[in-house]
Amino acid sequence: MTPPMTCVTPPASPATEPMFSRILTSALFAGAAAGLIAALLQLVFVQPVLLHAELYESGELIHFGGAAVTAHPELPGMFSDLQRDALSIVFTMLTYTGYTLIVVALMSIAEGQGHKVDGRTGVLWGLAGFVAVHFAPGFTLAPEVPGVAAADVFARQIWWFATVATAAVAMWLIAFGSNLISYVIAAVLLMAPHIIGAPEPEFFTGPVPTEIGALFAARAFGIGLAAWVLVGSFAGYFWQKEAKHAEAHA
Amino acid sequence: MTTQTLKASASRAGLIPAVFAVVLGLGIVTLAGHVQASALHDAAHDVRHATGFPCH
Repeated sequence: MTPPMTCVTPPASPATEPMFSRILTSALFAGAAAGLIAALLQLVFVQPVLLHAELYESGELIHFGGAAVTAHPELPGMFSDLQRDALSIVFTMLTYTGYTLIVVALMSIAEGQGHKVDGRTGVLWGLAGFVAVHFAPGFTLAPEVPGVAAADVFARQIWWFATVATAAVAMWLIAFGSNLISYVIAAVLLMAPHIIGAPEPEFFTGPVPTEIGALFAARAFGIGLAAWVLVGSFAGYFWQKEAKHAEAHA
Repeated sequence: MTTQTLKASASRAGLIPAVFAVVLGLGIVTLAGHVQASALHDAAHDVRHATGFPCH
């Protein structure tokens, strides 16, 4: 009697192609869905604050003058500039799809090392992603309301990428490290960019009231957190769904 | 082949597509969030601010 056929040996050529398409498919679904929701949240909660700030950036409203300025000026209504909002939706979906590709790729590696990945554990991935990509760089370079004074954009971008990279490594060490040394390294990596310092402007020239700037940063962080939890959870969910799909077709 | 070497070769095979996906993802994020070409900057302006990227 012949034993039932089981595939215990990997294919002669590494199973690179199906793996890549599984990463790509789950990342596209998860990223587009999370990105669309993030875009709508941004339009509802962040965009009005941004448009309010732009009234000061353009000089239409002036703070620090003699007279008090109303905190509730007439703002363009929601979706009053359809082209601008449509572009924002497209670019938010693009950005989060890019992030989700990276998240799913890292999930595939973690799963290969025996860690469970699904929609539920994905929430933790999302929280870690938020810390790495939003909160770590924003801890020193706070989300900028239009019109703020800032150092050279290229220098800030270099600092941003370096901070995100070190924070991402730190979050991986916290999640998958198994000894005290890895946690200590993670803490050092998280703190180092802020101790070294980010490029700061030489002078403060921002025309926007501090109330608006603070609200903008808080809203940007809040929506970023929501978006990242969705990214992580959707990524884990679609990653498993694609695995079942692949098994069903095997 | 032992189970361990099987697992090791499987995870090595899984690394190449993961690296491709990371590079692709980084490319998309850089294009949407960081490239300063003015058409891209203007189109992505609000998103860059709201997502906490250095913008101007």
